[in-house]
Amino acid sequence: MTIDVVGVTKRFKTFTALDHVNLTIHSGELVALLGPSGSGKTTLLRIIAGLEWPDTGEVRFDGEDALTRSVRERNVGFVFQHYALFRHMNVFENVAFGLRVRRGADKLPEAAIREKVNELLSLVQIDWLAERYPAQLSGGQRQRVALARALAISPRVLLLDEPFGALDAKVRKELRRWLRHLHEELPVTSVLVTHDQEEALELADRVVVMGHGRIEQVGSPAEVYDNPATAFVHDFIGETIALPGEVRGGALYFGSHALGLDPQGVADGPARILARPHDVDLADPGTTPFAGKVLAVRTFGPTRRADVELTSTGGPVVVEAAVPHGQTLEPGTKVGLLPRRYKVFPQPAR
Amino acid sequence: MSALDHPAQTTIHGASEGLPPALAQSHTYAHHGGRPVRTEPRAVRIALILVALAFLGLFIGLPLVSVFYEALRRGWAAYVAAIIEPDALAAIRLTLIVAAISVTANLLFGLVASWAIAKFEFPGKSLLITLIDLPFSVSPVVAGLIYVLLFGSQGLFAAYLQAWDIKIIFALPGIVLATIFVTFPFVARELIPLMQEQGTSEEEAAISLGASGLSTFFRVTLPNVKWALLYGVLLCNARAMGEFGAVSVVSGHVRGLTNTMPLHIEILYNEYQFVASFAVASLLALLALVTLIAKTVLEHRLAEEDR
Repeated sequence: MTIDVVGVTKRFKTFTALDHVNLTIHSGELVALLGPSGSGKTTLLRIIAGLEWPDTGEVRFDGEDALTRSVRERNVGFVFQHYALFRHMNVFENVAFGLRVRRGADKLPEAAIREKVNELLSLVQIDWLAERYPAQLSGGQRQRVALARALAISPRVLLLDEPFGALDAKVRKELRRWLRHLHEELPVTSVLVTHDQEEALELADRVVVMGHGRIEQVGSPAEVYDNPATAFVHDFIGETIALPGEVRGGALYFGSHALGLDPQGVADGPARILARPHDVDLADPGTTPFAGKVLAVRTFGPTRRADVELTSTGGPVVVEAAVPHGQTLEPGTKVGLLPRRYKVFPQPAR
Repeated sequence: MSALDHPAQTTIHGASEGLPPALAQSHTYAHHGGRPVRTEPRAVRIALILVALAFLGLFIGLPLVSVFYEALRRGWAAYVAAIIEPDALAAIRLTLIVAAISVTANLLFGLVASWAIAKFEFPGKSLLITLIDLPFSVSPVVAGLIYVLLFGSQGLFAAYLQAWDIKIIFALPGIVLATIFVTFPFVARELIPLMQEQGTSEEEAAISLGASGLSTFFRVTLPNVKWALLYGVLLCNARAMGEFGAVSVVSGHVRGLTNTMPLHIEILYNEYQFVASFAVASLLALLALVTLIAKTVLEHRLAEEDR
């Protein structure tokens, strides 16, 4: 099912959670809404579900207006952040709930309900837990129950709110793979909310990066990582080295020193030069656009980072640079920084 | 990652070792050596336990025993006679009717109020929470007087009530109103914190799965609070049957008509009919014991649900 979100705005008192958001989700795709907390991603998901209503704008399911229908009538499978399992029902009854509350012509006979629930429980690989209560399950098992329960109503769209947020790192990784696999088996249109970029990049067909109630960029995981559309996306996804600069007369300067880098069409004014750590080389300080003194070197696991102090007329600026494997760097030495691939963005006015 | 985890764990460990003795005491034995961690000498512990037991025995146990002792002093025949006497039966019947009506009313009110408070945001919410506690802070006599002022023959609605020939004060409706006022916090007070803690996501899940509002209430909301609800009803019932002050003001003490059990007991006592008075009192004491046992069972169930 295709979902169209058109010009949706939502305010909570004075806080604007969503600001004229437009988004199309294609049938059968798995889309991740990625952003920091407060970016509006959960609000957008809840509006699609019908748990929240927008102040203005439209939501359409396959071209039909969805806002005239309540969550009950939208036939969406919603997986809640903390699972929201019915605590007084066992796993079987939790999954059967959506089938049991049906009335009239849709009502299934008991045998059909049993068959469907058992089928779902084996799909999510927890058929042996059918008699247990939610309090007796681990986080990963609860997550699977929540998913089976949402799938029981044969939803037109599956909405997942931070589905792995409450799990530890190892289980999270495992479940992520499994969910991706499940999506390939059962290609129902799915929207996933997460603040974990790794999760979004690994799972989703397309990633929607959100910040401050707006959509910053929509693209494939590779696109948003390699070609961030805004400084926000560059900062939020992957690691970023931020170098200071200023555009004057179509050229980039740092203080009074011409950098010899391409301003990439950014208008005159203060700018930020953003690069991935592995795209910035350490070189002889005489030949590079930036040079500075090494303040400290930190090692964590396979990566090493150096704090480099750049001096300019505007006072010292400390940037973090990656130290390649096999290279040693002593605090106090002068080093040059050469960004090979970089993006230039205007410095936002504060 | 693991390198970062390590120092954090060390600090947590260090903190638990530095616990004040009062907290560390909750683990009776230290992990090493099996020696008790508690610091108080044996004599102090025994003295504390004895003081607590003596206090309970003196102020609760002894009076309870003496109620039954006085009631049965003249033997079973006198005890039974005092209870099946028509005025006593009328008092028992009235008490049961009043309790049935006011507990039902407060059950509904408690559910509605705690549902509203726990699941919705609205202006005046904190005022509502404060008002629910009001009967706990107002003397029951004042509560009774309020109803006399409103519905009595000199009261605010006197003309209207007379015109329609409705009798509230010195009649069943007044007694019920006063009892409802005094007992309405019990159910709501039990449910509000539990419902607030449970939040709304289970209800949202139920509705997203296609359940109607009513079916969500009966299949999800109500089962989730059923033990707390029963607990509240139990306390509410005990208080409704035992209420004296507020009911005394609005009842008018008409024998066989508007006397509830507590009022009946007082009248008998004032007439020096001690055996009869204690016989009826023993029924209320029995109710207290039953309530206590049921309460213990329910508390056990509640703790189990909390797991």
